[in-house]
Amino acid sequence: MAKGRYGIHGGQYVPEILMNEIHKLEEAYEFYKKDKDFNDELNTLLREYAGRPSLLYYAEKMTKDLGGAKIYFKREDLNHTGSHKINNVLGQVLLAKRMGKTRVIAETGAGQHGVATATAAALLGLECEIYMGKEDTIRQALNVYRMKLLGAKVHAVESGTKTLKDAVNECMREWANRMEDTLYVLGSVMGPHPFPMIVRDFQSVISREARAQILEKEGRLPDVVMACVGGGSNAMGMFYEFIPDESVQLIGCEAAGHGIHTDKTAATMATGTLGVFHGMKSYFCQNEYGQIAPVYSISAGLDYPGVGPEHANLKDIGRAQYVPVTDDEAVNAFEYIARTEGIIAAIESSHAVAHVMKLAPTMSKDQIIICCLSGRGDKDVAAIARYRGVDLHE
Amino acid sequence: MSRIEEALKGKKVFIGSLTAGDPSLEKTQEFIQEIEAAGASLIEIGIPFSDPIAEGQIIQDANVRALSAPGGCTTDMIFDMVAKVRGNISVPLVFVLYLNQVYKYGYERFCQKCQETGVDGLVIPDLPYEERGELAPIAEKYGVDVISMIAPAGEDRIKMIAKEAKGYIYLAASVGAEPEMMVRAIREVTDIPVVVGYGIHTPEQVQTYSKIADGVIVDDPIVELIGTHREQAGTYLRSYVKSMKAYMEE
Repeated sequence: MAKGRYGIHGGQYVPEILMNEIHKLEEAYEFYKKDKDFNDELNTLLREYAGRPSLLYYAEKMTKDLGGAKIYFKREDLNHTGSHKINNVLGQVLLAKRMGKTRVIAETGAGQHGVATATAAALLGLECEIYMGKEDTIRQALNVYRMKLLGAKVHAVESGTKTLKDAVNECMREWANRMEDTLYVLGSVMGPHPFPMIVRDFQSVISREARAQILEKEGRLPDVVMACVGGGSNAMGMFYEFIPDESVQLIGCEAAGHGIHTDKTAATMATGTLGVFHGMKSYFCQNEYGQIAPVYSISAGLDYPGVGPEHANLKDIGRAQYVPVTDDEAVNAFEYIARTEGIIAAIESSHAVAHVMKLAPTMSKDQIIICCLSGRGDKDVAAIARYRGVDLHE
Repeated sequence: MSRIEEALKGKKVFIGSLTAGDPSLEKTQEFIQEIEAAGASLIEIGIPFSDPIAEGQIIQDANVRALSAPGGCTTDMIFDMVAKVRGNISVPLVFVLYLNQVYKYGYERFCQKCQETGVDGLVIPDLPYEERGELAPIAEKYGVDVISMIAPAGEDRIKMIAKEAKGYIYLAASVGAEPEMMVRAIREVTDIPVVVGYGIHTPEQVQTYSKIADGVIVDDPIVELIGTHREQAGTYLRSYVKSMKAYMEE
């Protein structure tokens, strides 16, 4: 069996044309992750440019209002560019530069990874092209313009369902066409090995900080750690350092769209089956013939028919649980956390907040939940207004 | 020696590739017969997939048309079509599809079905050397060749892949690199036919690559002809394949 396995999941299911480049990336990463200069430069960027460490914020009002467990938010929304995506792109774009690449490409759903990649490319002086489903360029028009301001070229992908998975397809095609000067900066813990490992490593700074922060504030580990899951990068980052702490329950919140019993859902763990797609073995929403299903969620960032292989394995071995959260629950949570805590959180992160609202009241007051606020919600304001039937003119 | 190797032995090979179900499975059956009649040595049948990550625009569009055709185009319907056309043709038939379509069907069940209906090999773009071990032994049990693709790479990798290759080698040589060097490296470790594919459009390419290697795989132009002439594509395919074959050195 090949490298990069998480139980039965993972692997390197990509066209032969890409294998050479994938091996080069593996070698470069194995070298640079131990290289002092590389790590010093990355850590300086994370601190001085991205604004790390991010805060671990005690949500006192929500805690009182919900009347159960103490609620903490890991504030990835306060990072430069407004989400956790910056953690990974600074690492990968720096790696691209060390590998002698002059150009990066990336897929994006909500636009957060695209914006982050365009930002890192601008800072580090690389050319940048972003692939985004046509549907998503409409849902997230502001982020498209943001990427252009940052000097990136944005391609609206017209194939398939015109969303995140199609943007990934297009990136793989583009990478296969032009590898010599280009690195594909994958945005989540998915795709062929070594991407799930690289992205997880760069995102694990979230749990490394959160673990130390909660020990300092509370003198003990949390009872529950929670995050939203699309491909699963913020969740993997939030879970990783807690995996060996068996007393800590890990919960991933996936996008159920209109509900897991409808065909308008993106809840891969609840409705998906084993498959091989986008370079990895994992769970996917698909039909009996292995055709990938057209999934749906209000959140462009969670609107993906698969999930990272390490999550699939955490589910198989029972180390993490995955729960579906509907559009309606997420929108309610979006409004609730704004009203209660004065935080406009991303619609993606609001899926996790919705589950906090369900779970916290069932827990005792001496218990602790840490929930990752993966991004800020400015980009979603117009969509939420539309959802509520409010006509906005910017 | 496998059925494919037997059929291609000592020949200059023209492989035509089309997408099943575009515009209908009845027409696919007719087109396969036309392509054989025009002199193809083997025919690749693309099983339409929702997300063909290794295909360009022309084949992506054909996949969409096939999947959205009235009545759909499922793997089982394609097996039924192959079972029908098998009686009328003698060239080997090879499926081009993505690993998930085989995996979800069940490796064992899929390969058994290939044997029953007369599918001789599988080209799976997202199954590189590193992962073929999970399918190849099962396929071998049912006499189905899992075709290996070779792309520009170091000589060690080329030889490593070629050593275990079955049926024919699909050489993606038109993406830069030096096909002569690649063929030479392959020849040091195996005698099976080396066929050049991936972006073959022009008579000059057919001429050049059939000299360097054992033949060519032509897909985009065939799929495009079908896209343009729909139900009437049969006669166009016959004359197109004949004209391209004329550029090959026997």
